[in-house]
Amino acid sequence: MFGFIGSRLLQAIPVLLVVGFIAFALFDYVGDPVSILAGQDATAAQRLALSHDLGLDQPFFVQYGRFLWAALHGNFGNSYRVAQPVANLLAERLPATLELAITASVLAFAIGVPMGVYTGIHRDSFLSRLMMAGSLIGVSLPTFLLGILLILAFSVGLGWLPSFGRGPVVHVGSWWTTGFTSWAGIRSLILPAITLGMFQMTLIMRLVRAEMLEVLRTDYIKFARARGLTDRSINFGHALKNTLVPVITIIGLQFGGIVAFSLVTETVFQWPGMGLLLVQSVAVADIPVMSAYLLLIALVFVMINLIVDLLYYAVDPRLRARR
Amino acid sequence: MALLDVVDLTVEFPTRRGVLRALDRVSFSIDAGEILGVVGESGAGKSLTGAAIVGLLERPGRVAGGQILFEGKRIDTLSAEPLRRIRGRRIGMIFQDPLTTLNPLYTIGRQLTETMQTHMRLSDSEARTKAIGWLDRVGIPAAAQRIDAYPHEFSGGQRQRVVIALALCADPVLVIADEPTTALDVSIQAQIITLLKDLTRDHGTAVMLITHDMGVIAETADRVAVMYAGRIAEIGPVAAVIRHPAHPYSDGLMASIPSLEHRVDRLRQIDGAMPRLDAIPNGCRFNPRCPRVFDRCTTEQPELLDAGATRAACWLHAHD
Amino acid sequence: MLTRAWNSDLAYNFRTSPVALASAALALILLIAAAFAPWLAPHNPMDVASLSLMDSFKPPLGMADADWSNPLGTDNQGRDVLSAIMYGMRISLLVGFLSVLFAIVVGIAIGLVAGYAGGITDTLLMRVADVQLTFPSILTALLVDGVISAALPHTMREALQIYVIIFAIGISLWPNFARTVRGSTLVERNKDYVMAARVIGVPSWRIMLSHVLPNVIGPVMVIGTLGLGLAIIAEATLSFLGVGLPPTQPSLGTLIRFGDDFLFSGEWWVTVFPGLTLILMVLAINLLGDWLRDALNPRLR
Repeated sequence: MFGFIGSRLLQAIPVLLVVGFIAFALFDYVGDPVSILAGQDATAAQRLALSHDLGLDQPFFVQYGRFLWAALHGNFGNSYRVAQPVANLLAERLPATLELAITASVLAFAIGVPMGVYTGIHRDSFLSRLMMAGSLIGVSLPTFLLGILLILAFSVGLGWLPSFGRGPVVHVGSWWTTGFTSWAGIRSLILPAITLGMFQMTLIMRLVRAEMLEVLRTDYIKFARARGLTDRSINFGHALKNTLVPVITIIGLQFGGIVAFSLVTETVFQWPGMGLLLVQSVAVADIPVMSAYLLLIALVFVMINLIVDLLYYAVDPRLRARR
Repeated sequence: MALLDVVDLTVEFPTRRGVLRALDRVSFSIDAGEILGVVGESGAGKSLTGAAIVGLLERPGRVAGGQILFEGKRIDTLSAEPLRRIRGRRIGMIFQDPLTTLNPLYTIGRQLTETMQTHMRLSDSEARTKAIGWLDRVGIPAAAQRIDAYPHEFSGGQRQRVVIALALCADPVLVIADEPTTALDVSIQAQIITLLKDLTRDHGTAVMLITHDMGVIAETADRVAVMYAGRIAEIGPVAAVIRHPAHPYSDGLMASIPSLEHRVDRLRQIDGAMPRLDAIPNGCRFNPRCPRVFDRCTTEQPELLDAGATRAACWLHAHD
Repeated sequence: MLTRAWNSDLAYNFRTSPVALASAALALILLIAAAFAPWLAPHNPMDVASLSLMDSFKPPLGMADADWSNPLGTDNQGRDVLSAIMYGMRISLLVGFLSVLFAIVVGIAIGLVAGYAGGITDTLLMRVADVQLTFPSILTALLVDGVISAALPHTMREALQIYVIIFAIGISLWPNFARTVRGSTLVERNKDYVMAARVIGVPSWRIMLSHVLPNVIGPVMVIGTLGLGLAIIAEATLSFLGVGLPPTQPSLGTLIRFGDDFLFSGEWWVTVFPGLTLILMVLAINLLGDWLRDALNPRLR
């Protein structure tokens, strides 16, 4: 078990090194940090001194090593745009993004899986056809547009829910903030979470449906029916459990998608998370923020992959035997 | 009264190109404790007959005519829930490939106890004790330890033993065994057949043994039904059908059994292939391949006729 | 030739599928409206001189003060929304098509190289494809866009922005094509004619190209159609985020971004009509792609 986790972590290191390299190359070669930091009218001597201070006159691999070392300590330099340490900027906004992303994932999973199971079992029923048609519209509906339409309906039209911001937040521990403690905070979360979760929900539903159709054709399901097991046990026990392995993969990968799409949702709802920060940074070519975001996302992806592997391990006994 | 009475069972598949009749007025019966062998080439409708009896036809297949009487009551008209209570409890089923019939994600103990607890009022510990007993009875060594193992931890032959335990664990009175040995190693086939035979004899369970292997039937069954293109060609006691087949098709089949009793000099083969369902010939379905075909065979379809010790659907035995 | 195409299975399937016919008709109408916008559109939204603030925020037909000269109303500058949509679709479709074309060319090239070379080249290229596939395309496009914009001198940014966007979106879509082509190349590589060609000294990659391409046309069409939907959404999203096309070349996404500012003041039509057009366009493309996939591979149904 621990050997398994260990080997997975080891495999993740090269991926992180490569992404780190890209982030470093961005940081170092795109845009000229010296001219940005020193300003237009610095003398050649000042430039040289600054270049030396930044370590830019060092050999390539030394610079890369320094960059990694600094990144390991959470030091990504200062944002060009707001002249604050990037690490602080990101840490400030991480809780908002995670709260939104996790709520959206739970929503997508809790609705998408039962809908997928239903449409898989009753593949020809009217309700199933309706859901499948709806899911195609869901896939065709750009996230930002869904957000706008929801705002139009529920904020502008009906006036039920807030259209921007996170509402009141409470500090928990040294740096975490949460909007879950107040009704206003939760209300602010509803529209962004639906917007962010919709695409993933339709994807999960279609995937679970396809897998259910596949599994329901297998011999062990026929044998289960031949033994007179109840439909409930067959559909939600035997069949659903066997669809979980592929579904876990996609959901894991989709969480990465959710984190990425959160930048769209955050922009629509002016949600103060990392995605909004990234979009603002891309617009003004704020390279340190972009490279730090890239590294952080890579880390999130690696962690998700690890969790997905562990879940496999829990679901499928054949994997446990092989290791 | 027979345990199972199938009367004029007709199964159809509606397709884009019209309705295909996969079973055409199939009739036979099985008595309590009896072993009925069902033989025929693949596609003859053997498995379909078994699936139709327990109401597990795959869509869009449907029973289009006839009756199925089980313990004196019609079961082809039952709704899903009462039919489910019969499956496993009164009629067990054994499938062909033990590698795919067990759910890979559940322990075999869980699959056994779930089956028994679905049909019988048993506490968890009672069910577990009974499950160990069943594993023991089907010849799984160290059953008490192996009960918590997953299917992939067993060999193919052992898995088929587990499948047999699953089919029998709720004490059914009839077992439909659909090619139970086809997917197994030749060396294991005999063991599994012996096990199935012994267990059902001990429990007085009747068996409908579906196979394309005449050798298995010869060793196991009391009576045999020979199927061809969705109909029964001949039905009768095993010894009679083997020694004096009354239908030219059975004759061809029997000639292909290499047996010690009557040596065949060469394996005879029936020319041609079984017709596809959308191209059934007029008259007797076997007529294009029959070595003894005559006029009547191409125009009129024969029903089962008395032919000595057996009954055969062949105009050779018409006495009118 | 034409009759043969008409009688082929695919054409038959198309003629008898109401969904395919309806979505194709919708796609065709939108395509014509976009392609012939300069002749069909009631106004020229690019002609700033003709705009008058007197005409601003005219509501669409069906509401008070509406008239037929601006059937879908006008925006804050008095620009005709319908005309703006037709011109916007041109840009959205153009960027979408070119991005997919770019992805197809890159994907086929990389797929062929990977499948043909095999070994470490193959492993490396496919590993890159895998990693990129796990990365959402919108994020890839955003980062590529951001980096190139940062590297370009300020003065050139606006002129080159459309190519940057096409490159960024195209780059985010190539792995799917590369995988398909690689799979087909692997199959072809071991066939006799490739060996034979090698023996007589013909460059075998050239022969393979002519054998692999017909095999992958079907899957590439399917992935390409669905990819077109993705590319149009990606462009609209980038433009909406304000890092896409410049305001001088407003696509549907840009129009929605402009209109977003007026949601609360009640001028919903400035956003909603471009938004609906975008949804209809992507829906028609996705339905066609879905149909094409099922028609070419009935087993997947």
